[in-house]
Amino acid sequence: MLISDIKSRPVYAGLEPDLFASSNIVVCDRAGAAAVADMLRTANGDFAAKTTVFLCAEDFVTPQALEAQIENLKPAATIPLPNLNAAVAALGERLFRAKMGTRVYAAGSEPLIGSTVQRAARFGVDHRSVRCEHRGSLKRRVQCVHCKGMTDDVTVSPVRCSNCGLMLTVRDHYSRRLAAFQGVRADAEVPGEIPEQQVLFQ
Amino acid sequence: MTAFALRRVRVAEVERVADEVKRFRLVDASGAALPVFSAGSHVLVTMHGANGHVWKNPYSLISAPDDGSGYEISVLRLASSRGGSAFMHDGVQPGTELHISEPVNLFPIARQGHKHILVAGGIGITPFLAMMQELAALNANFELHYKVRGLGRAPFCDRLLADYGSRVHLYRSDLGQAFPLESVLSEQPLGTHMYVCGPAAMINWALQVGRAVGWPQENLHSERFTAPPPGRSFTVKLARSRRDIVVGPQQSILEALEQHGIDAQYLCRGGACGQCETRVVACDGALQHNDHYLTDEEKKSGEKIMICVSRAAGSTLTLDL
Repeated sequence: MLISDIKSRPVYAGLEPDLFASSNIVVCDRAGAAAVADMLRTANGDFAAKTTVFLCAEDFVTPQALEAQIENLKPAATIPLPNLNAAVAALGERLFRAKMGTRVYAAGSEPLIGSTVQRAARFGVDHRSVRCEHRGSLKRRVQCVHCKGMTDDVTVSPVRCSNCGLMLTVRDHYSRRLAAFQGVRADAEVPGEIPEQQVLFQ
Repeated sequence: MTAFALRRVRVAEVERVADEVKRFRLVDASGAALPVFSAGSHVLVTMHGANGHVWKNPYSLISAPDDGSGYEISVLRLASSRGGSAFMHDGVQPGTELHISEPVNLFPIARQGHKHILVAGGIGITPFLAMMQELAALNANFELHYKVRGLGRAPFCDRLLADYGSRVHLYRSDLGQAFPLESVLSEQPLGTHMYVCGPAAMINWALQVGRAVGWPQENLHSERFTAPPPGRSFTVKLARSRRDIVVGPQQSILEALEQHGIDAQYLCRGGACGQCETRVVACDGALQHNDHYLTDEEKKSGEKIMICVSRAAGSTLTLDL
C-alpha cells in the first residue's frame, strides 16, 4: 500500500508528538482520530494540554459517536468542523497569528493530509515538518491535467472528470501545490478505447 | 569520478578586514566573467605551497551573488591550521594566481520561508555577507545576530551596520553582552528559518536552542566545514583496485589517494556534503568519524566513512574503491 516508483507520490511517516513544540494543531477525520488518540497516549498529558484537534465530523454516523471521540481525545481541545474545507479554514485562522514552535499534524485520508500540508505551506510551514499519518480510505483528489478541474473522493480508475467529462487514468504523480493526484485522458491514443474501470483506492 | 572544472583566477585585491582576517578579491585570469552564484555558496581554493604541499580549502563567497566581475572570500588565519589559511595570509598578494572550483551551495536560503534569522559567530559571518545582499535584493524579511569577541576581531561590522542598520544585532563578548538567542527564536512568526555558521560549539548550541523552543528541524540550517584532523598514520587498502596507500599523520585519506593519482569523489572536503561517502570493507580498529553528514546510527554501524575528514585508529582500513 502507498508504494510507487513515482517520486512525487507522498509517503507518510506516521504521527509522532513533538514534545518541544509550544503548541500543536492537528487536523483529522474519523479514521485519523484513532491515530491522534494513539499519539496522545504515547505522549504525556502536558503534550495533550497544548494540543488543539480540528476534527472533520462528516464521517461520523451519529452525534453520539462524534461526542464519544471528542471525549476520547481529552485533554486535547477538540473542535468539530462539518467538513474538510471548514477544518482547513480553521487551521488557517490559527496559523495566521501563530509563532514558530507551533507544530502541525494531519491524520486521515490523503485529501485531508494534502489539504492540511497545502494550507500550512501558505504560512511558510515546510511540508516536511507537518507530521502525517494515513488512515482509512485510499480515496484521492484528482486533477484533470487537460481542463485542470478537480474531482474529489476518487476510488476508481479510469474516472470521469467531474469538470470536462473526459475519462482519466489516475496516476501516482502527485502535486503538493494542488494537493491532488494527476489524471490523464485514458483514451488519448485510441479515442473511445477506455480500459475497464477498476476500484483501486477504496 | 569528480569532474571538477578548475578555474584559474588572479588575486585582484587583498585587504585586512580585522585581526587575522583578510578579504581577497578573485577575478578570472583570462578576464572572462565568472558565473553568478546562489548566496550561501562556497568555492574550493587550491593552493600550492612550498615542497609540493597542496591545500584545497572551502571558502564561502561573500560578494554579491549576481556580480560576475569577481568573487570575494574572507580568510581567518587559524593558529592550529594545517597551513592553508597561513598560506593565504602570507603567500598571497595581488597578482597571485590560484585555482578555484565552480561554486557549490550546501547552505542555500530556504526560499519558501517568510523570515530569515541569520546567526553568526566570528568568521562564520562569511556566507551571510552574500545571503544578506540576496535577501535585501528580494526585499525579504531578515535579521542578523552576530556574536563577536570585539570590534577589532570581527570582520565587516561597520559595513554591515551601514548597509543594514537595525537589522543587525551585535553581541560583543568583550563587553560581556549576552546572546539572547532563546528569546529571539521564541518570538518569531511561523515560517521563519534560522541559519547558523560559526564555531562548532556555537552551531551545536544554536541548533539545540532552536529545537528546545519547538522549531522543526527543517527550519534550522547550519554550515560547518571541518579541516581534516591529524592522527596516527595508517594504511588504506583499496579492495577493488588492489592497492595499498599509506595515509600520513597530517593527511586525510582523500589527500593520500590524490597524492597517488587516485581520483576519488569529493565536493566540499569539509565533511558536510556527503559526496565522498565510501563503503568500508574491513577495519582493524575503530573508525574516527569527523564529518557532519552521516547519522549517528550510520557512524556506529561502521559501514561507511567520509574520506575527506575521517580516519581509522587501527593500522589498516579496507575501502570499497
